[in-house]
Amino acid sequence: MEYANLFIKSIFIENMVFAYFLGMCSYLAVSKTVKTSIGMGFAVIFVLTITVPLNFLIDKYLLQLGALSWIGPEYAELDLGFLSFIMFIAVIASMVQLVEMIVEKFSPSLYGALGIFLPLIAVNCAILGGSLFMQIKDFSGITESAIYGFGSGIGWLLAILAIASIREKIAYSNVPAPLKGLGITFIITGLMAIGFMSFMGIKL
Amino acid sequence: MSKNKVLLTDPLDDNNPITVQVLGICSALAITVQLKAAIVMSLSVVAVMAASNVIVSILRNLIPNRIRIIVQLVVVASMVVLVDEVLRAYAYDVSKELSIFIGLIITNCIVMGRLEAFALGNGVWRSFLDGVGNAFGYGAILILVAFFRELLGSGNLLGVQVIPDSFYEMGYENNGMMLLSPMALITVGLIIWVQRSRNRKLIEKA
Repeated sequence: MEYANLFIKSIFIENMVFAYFLGMCSYLAVSKTVKTSIGMGFAVIFVLTITVPLNFLIDKYLLQLGALSWIGPEYAELDLGFLSFIMFIAVIASMVQLVEMIVEKFSPSLYGALGIFLPLIAVNCAILGGSLFMQIKDFSGITESAIYGFGSGIGWLLAILAIASIREKIAYSNVPAPLKGLGITFIITGLMAIGFMSFMGIKL
Repeated sequence: MSKNKVLLTDPLDDNNPITVQVLGICSALAITVQLKAAIVMSLSVVAVMAASNVIVSILRNLIPNRIRIIVQLVVVASMVVLVDEVLRAYAYDVSKELSIFIGLIITNCIVMGRLEAFALGNGVWRSFLDGVGNAFGYGAILILVAFFRELLGSGNLLGVQVIPDSFYEMGYENNGMMLLSPMALITVGLIIWVQRSRNRKLIEKA
């Protein structure tokens, strides 16, 4: 039950885009059509589900204060927390590269669909944000962090899918010229975020 | 000289990283509730961008093309770690408030975008100016958004009350909505609207 709560919370209440504005750059850049946004959304889910638990293990067994005590008691005082940014981003960049190679080898059709989006993901703030929130939230186990990563990815997919559908329709509307494109997208996202705020009252 | 000056002034308006290049939106929105946090964040970005632009520009002929993204990420990440440690030492409260967003400067697209687009192909001094210029353009929007949100949302600026008590007695209320995240998006949307109606060549065709 606890896992289900965490899952729903990470999709709706703590939605990456609407509550924390993470991954806004790619959210704005690839949301012009529904088709590309689905590709990007699945790539984000994929990478988040892999990197959050991986970074959880690294944080727990290498970086935290006393995390190295499994090597020997003399290491129990070490705190390598200041290295966490570099470690996390290195893990993310190399995982993205690895995932790209694996997908290319075993599923050329999926590679064709995700291909151009995978390199973009290394610099998507939602991915690094997922790992940094994982560090702050202090999860107790690897399952929790995997569920958190998966849920956040789905939340991101929902957000980009919604805005892409709206942008496809709005292309035919008569928006004031200076507001066209970027401006109206911001305002729509703001209105959608107000909608998502209604989930905030839910206590799980 | 004038060519170098353009590098500094262009990003402030015509080529603003946030409203025109659409880079670095994430942090621009999340930490604009208070002016103080926005100013600290802007200064951190100035430091990170200037330093990493210079370093990448020095190394630009040594970095193999295929692994340049990872090299750039490592350079940026080391700069961010430095900034983070300095903030923790000298401004602990603000650093707590900015929470993960200092770390997220690493994936701030402005930094990566300018490294890719400029520092990889230009000399050290020009890259430095470009970094500083873009970071100021970013900071200008950040501070503008934070100014309106803090003024209308809590009646303060930099934590000091600016709206006089007599206003409140006349029935003026702070708009609590401004403190919530959706209003940051809408404020940026409105800034874009104002900027583009002043500067019509920025209007998008599609």
